[in-house]
Amino acid sequence: MRPKPDKLSGFGLCPASAMTRFRPGRLAGALAFTALLVTPPAFAGKTLDAIKAKGQITCGVSTGVIGFSAADSQGQWKGLDVDLCRALAATVLGSPDKVRWVPLSSQQRFTAIQSGEVDVLSRNTTWSLTRDAALGLHFAGVSYYDGQGFLVPKKLKVTSAKQLKNAEVCVQSGTTTEKNLADYARAQGIKLKPVVFDKFEASLKAFFSGRCQAYTTDASALAFIRSKEAPVPDDYLVLPEIISKEPLGPAVRRGDDEWFAIVKWTLNALIEAEELGITQARVDSLKSSPDPAVQRFLGVGEDLGKSLGLDREWAARAVKAVGNYGEIFNRNLGADSPLKLPRGLNAQWNKGGLMYAQPLR
Amino acid sequence: MKRPARLAWQALLLVALLALGGLLVATTAGHLQERGIRSGFDFLLEPAGFALGESPLSFEAGDSTLRAFAAGLLNTLRVALPGALLAIVIGVVVGFGRLGENPLVRALAGVFVNGVRNVPLLLHLLAWYFILTDLLPAADAALRLAPGVFLSKSGLALPWWSEAGWELPEPAGFGIDGGARLTPEYLALLIGLSTYSAAYIAETLRGAVEALPPGQRLSALALGMTPRQAFVLVLLPQAWRAALPPVTSQLLNLFKNASLAVAIGYPDLVSVAGTSLNQTGRAIECLLIVIGVYLLLSLLAAALSHRLERRSLRGMAR
Repeated sequence: MRPKPDKLSGFGLCPASAMTRFRPGRLAGALAFTALLVTPPAFAGKTLDAIKAKGQITCGVSTGVIGFSAADSQGQWKGLDVDLCRALAATVLGSPDKVRWVPLSSQQRFTAIQSGEVDVLSRNTTWSLTRDAALGLHFAGVSYYDGQGFLVPKKLKVTSAKQLKNAEVCVQSGTTTEKNLADYARAQGIKLKPVVFDKFEASLKAFFSGRCQAYTTDASALAFIRSKEAPVPDDYLVLPEIISKEPLGPAVRRGDDEWFAIVKWTLNALIEAEELGITQARVDSLKSSPDPAVQRFLGVGEDLGKSLGLDREWAARAVKAVGNYGEIFNRNLGADSPLKLPRGLNAQWNKGGLMYAQPLR
Repeated sequence: MKRPARLAWQALLLVALLALGGLLVATTAGHLQERGIRSGFDFLLEPAGFALGESPLSFEAGDSTLRAFAAGLLNTLRVALPGALLAIVIGVVVGFGRLGENPLVRALAGVFVNGVRNVPLLLHLLAWYFILTDLLPAADAALRLAPGVFLSKSGLALPWWSEAGWELPEPAGFGIDGGARLTPEYLALLIGLSTYSAAYIAETLRGAVEALPPGQRLSALALGMTPRQAFVLVLLPQAWRAALPPVTSQLLNLFKNASLAVAIGYPDLVSVAGTSLNQTGRAIECLLIVIGVYLLLSLLAAALSHRLERRSLRGMAR
């Protein structure tokens, strides 16, 4: 007996008759569904109006980078990037809690901000020409000056990154890190072999098991990795070379200049507050300060909020919610945090750093 | 419904689908442009800017992104093809073990199948990877298995043919230089993928043999065949036909599962696409390339297996 080949394929789940019988109703349904897919997203209106209507800011953060954005054991988001979003919520909506957090992988982040899924991307993202010009984004400023470095086991007796010839380097994918590593290797004329992992944990585990001779990422993270993740911190060494510039900052999508200005000036206000000595605890008491700059900042002098489409106390609310830039830094990255990072480039301009707020006047 | 009416409906549906597809593409392109997002495939010809840890194709950071994708694809195939072969071999051995007379062999094969099949593949890969990287000696204290064969955390180094003749790997700098190398990422992926698929293949084979009517075996024995002859000459040829389609789809799964490589640091196609996506921001384009490549290769493999099925069916018509 010769079975027909199509007998075998007739093993399908629905009887053949159902496949040929056609129902016009289904077509209409399919059309309606597809029409939903091509409808432009809610982005059309002005971002600020949309945020006020929703009653919350949607903030794109990382899936967990200690010090910048990470959820703690109670599910509370903590970090410098997180506090920036809280400050925005306080400026715009009057409460730092009116934020919806959207954790994004490094691959998802740009699509999320472009599509309007998040209102602001505050996710340790490096500001670079390509990202600014080709991705439809505007970076609102720099909230942290970082740079890429190397962590090595001391037993290799390496004291400079230039000695890493032919080394294998563990790295997490989806950042500017891989490109910087390749750039550095080419510039120095040494060969470095990357071993690229998509998860932070896996990349660390591989490095600490001895798979790679070096680990590379932003210097801010290296200090944390050495002190908190290494089996014995003293067995590891952060090399002195910083091989790249990584200015991290919040980004918004193009096409809404008003919203861009609010994000930019909220960040500026936090930095300016530190320079003016306005702290979280003293916001109210300083309202009687004779200093005109402080008065303007706190809304007792001229009304700066109006030109941003906000009320006069916008900046005071931001500082009251999360503190000034210095307080945010200390709490999340500096002396009062497990990371204990020095201010370095992130000190105020008049204290040897690069943090220089455009004046609020 | 009459035939002309049916044809008309089908034509209408086709036109509607094409129109919808066109609308989707046009809307997406329009939105991208409106928001100042650069799109297009021109980035493929620009320098990639990142290096790859291993590649059968020589690849430097200054080479084009297209070449990076090609290297990624070759890396996928380099693990999927030997993995498929290994999966079939292990699967057949274990499958027969499950059917055998020896209770110890049967039990061992059962433990393998149930142990392997009931744990997610990602965990398999991570476990193999961390076992390899934890247990092996450091690269500067490599285990010398034979002259020119070294095993360490940076992998298995083997002699390899180059233009200058046989090149032996030698300890140098941080580890081993020269020759060919199978990295721990590659080895973990190969072992993980092939054992995982082998468990399914073994069960498919067992099921196919056990589904045959018992009369087949009994008649073969009644004709004076030994149990082995009955198995090889009567049962196996019939079981093979039933097992072929599910085994093929297992092998296709293996090929697609190779995309989990990025979890353990192996630069496969998906890993390269992920890095390119991040460097260039061309999310849609990079994903389209990956989808296209997987679809194309899977369809190719499916067509091949279909031909194989047809041929084995032809053999049935005596």
